[in-house]
Amino acid sequence: MRPGSAGKALIAGVATAGALALALLRPSQSQIGDRAGESVAAFAKVASVLTSPRCQNCHTLADFPRQGDDRHPHLFHITRGSADHGAAGLPCSTCHGNSNNIASGVPGTAELWRLAPVAMGWDDLSTADLCRHLKDPQRNGHRDGVQIIDHLKSHLVTWAWSPGSDRDGHPRTLPPIPYQEFLEAAEIWVRNGVACP
Amino acid sequence: MTRFFVNGRAVTVDADADTPLLWALRDDLGLTGTKFGCGIAACGACTVHVEEQNVRSCSLPLGAVAGKQVVTIEGLSRDRSHPLQKAWIEEQVPQCGYCQSGMIMAAAALIREVPHPTDDNIDAAITNLCRCGTYARIRRAIHRATRGAP
Repeated sequence: MRPGSAGKALIAGVATAGALALALLRPSQSQIGDRAGESVAAFAKVASVLTSPRCQNCHTLADFPRQGDDRHPHLFHITRGSADHGAAGLPCSTCHGNSNNIASGVPGTAELWRLAPVAMGWDDLSTADLCRHLKDPQRNGHRDGVQIIDHLKSHLVTWAWSPGSDRDGHPRTLPPIPYQEFLEAAEIWVRNGVACP
Repeated sequence: MTRFFVNGRAVTVDADADTPLLWALRDDLGLTGTKFGCGIAACGACTVHVEEQNVRSCSLPLGAVAGKQVVTIEGLSRDRSHPLQKAWIEEQVPQCGYCQSGMIMAAAALIREVPHPTDDNIDAAITNLCRCGTYARIRRAIHRATRGAP
């Protein structure tokens, strides 16, 4: 073999191998579809939690927090306030402490009790709209996927799975799936491209 | 054993950390101006300030105030000269009076943040309950106390 043709063969070989490698690395259309499908399916689980009263009572568009599974306005004319943690002179922490209060039924957690900002309110959104809302930086507190997952690990979120009992001693309803399943679904949703239905 | 400050004085209370602050104030420290009402943080009769913020002391564990500054109605002024106390007398706000120390403490927290509160500010901040229905006089007294405030 002449030196020139050996070089061409080598280049052709490298090019072929490179193309093959790229083809293997680049997801095919069907793979992209699979990932999106997984993401959408995972978000359905996530949404089932986000629309539960434990989340939605404070992720509200209203100018007041809500309470109970019927999502009634917070008793005693409690208002949102300009900073989402109660009226001037009456912050949420007036009553909500660092843990659930067994005697009074007032819920609390090791994080400042507060409402989500109005921009993060999601009353009456469809699953698809909720998904778009949640991944929109303008409406999710400028969080990327990793930061969304971090928020889901915060005390205020995990409280939903240990909400204690109400003032009548009745245990508060939990979200529809266990926390670990919720978190894993959220991670799948994010890892596969935060696809929306 | 919990050490904290009440009305500027260092105190130590030998009680379980889960004991409501209200019991420590009334039973251990003899500060009975703060009242027990509902016991579920709903009525506000037990309102005191912790680190200058309103809290319902019937539902706040003693352990939560370790090292902190607590002010009760007895510490609002040395000689009943706080503008709210004077206005309360001038407007003859109380009827039975049971809820009034909590009302005054709630109002004091409000005017610290909003020196000239509107009726809406008052409605939003004063969620305390008064079975005698003195709300209209409470509102007038708060306005009287803050008239001319800086």
